[in-house]
Amino acid sequence: MSYMNSVPRAWRERVTKYRLIGGRCKKCGKVFYPYRGSCPRCGSDDVERIELPKRGRVKYFTVVRSAPAEFKRYEPYVVALVELENGAIVPAQLTDVDADEVYEGMEVEGVLRRYREQGEDGIIEYGVKFRPVVGGGGEQ
Amino acid sequence: MNGIASIIGYGAYLPRYRIKAAEIARVYGRNPSSTPIKEKTVPGLDEDSLTHAYEAALNALRRAEIDPSEIEVVFVGSESPPYAVKPSATIIAEALGITPKLYAVDMEFACRAGTTALLSAVGLVHAGLARYGLAIGTDTAQGRPGDALEYTAAAGAAAFIVSKPRSDAVATIEAAYSYVTDTPDFWRREGQRFPRHGARFTGEPAYFAHIIGAAKGLMEETGLKPSDFRYVVFHQPNVKFPTRVAKRLGFTKEQLERGLLSGIIGNTYAAASPIGLVNVLDAAEPGDRILIVSFGSGAGSDAISLVVEDGITERRPKAPLLSSYIERSKEIDYALYLRFRGFICR
Repeated sequence: MSYMNSVPRAWRERVTKYRLIGGRCKKCGKVFYPYRGSCPRCGSDDVERIELPKRGRVKYFTVVRSAPAEFKRYEPYVVALVELENGAIVPAQLTDVDADEVYEGMEVEGVLRRYREQGEDGIIEYGVKFRPVVGGGGEQ
Repeated sequence: MNGIASIIGYGAYLPRYRIKAAEIARVYGRNPSSTPIKEKTVPGLDEDSLTHAYEAALNALRRAEIDPSEIEVVFVGSESPPYAVKPSATIIAEALGITPKLYAVDMEFACRAGTTALLSAVGLVHAGLARYGLAIGTDTAQGRPGDALEYTAAAGAAAFIVSKPRSDAVATIEAAYSYVTDTPDFWRREGQRFPRHGARFTGEPAYFAHIIGAAKGLMEETGLKPSDFRYVVFHQPNVKFPTRVAKRLGFTKEQLERGLLSGIIGNTYAAASPIGLVNVLDAAEPGDRILIVSFGSGAGSDAISLVVEDGITERRPKAPLLSSYIERSKEIDYALYLRFRGFICR
């Protein structure tokens, strides 16, 4: 818990979490999230940071009914693997949707939301969650 | 295109959840058929005024079609920031890719903070101190359970990106007039969770005096009259006040209705008149003249006159219309509302 309640950790991760920054392997082409310095497929260190598209589809999902303490207030909520437009797969919480409304293939878009608070007097961590697409237009 | 500055991007955000005023009246044994509005927006569990602001700003950026790093000013107007100390503006700017060459700050002036953020950004852009400015009005308003404010205190955000005057913009601001006095009609003391208000004192000496003062001041300075405007937008704490002030100033129902949304979304505080302007821009045509007059307790009003530019036709479809957010609605009951607003202690 002390690691999760670390201000420096949240600060280091902020841009990755706010803007969905992933990595692209220059050697094998694999795109992944979150960003890290080596490719999860081929192990190459030749990886570049990219801002991932914030539109995709729900590939798989599960309903969390017994959450860790920090997410307890959101129960029940949906965690999904979202396949983005460029093929990258992102694990993410879904929001603005009831658990029984979610289906595989549902079109979703990334939005900025609160996802963790470091206690009542600690910092608030924000990050990208996905929700059913709203309205037309606005391709990113 | 003659004016102080242009709006090149605009956008709004409303959360998904709604509660009917009749449901609130039911809980407190009041008459469900005489509520000030029909229903209001309620933010979800993981939302706050900052996340609302982010999405409104993202929609404005989509319409502005500029590189976010070219924005040099971010002003966020709100009375419900998630932190008492730590700016929302820095988090929003970081998330949108606007940092770090940036003049960013939060502003507070009750429900007037949105238009004040806009005029402040306009001033810096007009003076040549910034190329583009982003101004946001956002709130997740709090009403004490059982208080009259609870029927209307709602949530939403609206954002505008301003530049030097240009014809490919959405609209150009041609004049502004602000009117401010010390009037204690509504306040929240440091450390208090809920605001208090002066009941009937919020009407004549507060809302009406300042809105009429600003609107008349603008029309006297510019020589414009009510019939010169196609649309008019007033701060909307309910439906009655803006309807009455429109009539007193000589505006018609037709000029007022497009920008009057409080009946179906509630009072979104610093976002209220800016969201009304967004709904007008969603329908306006080049050449239309719009008057928007905000009101914030404490008290003050900004009156702003805009003329719609040719660029609106091309920019409008680049982000969701406000109607998409109005249609996205899920009704909740009073018990869920209390849970969503964090009023249930576990």
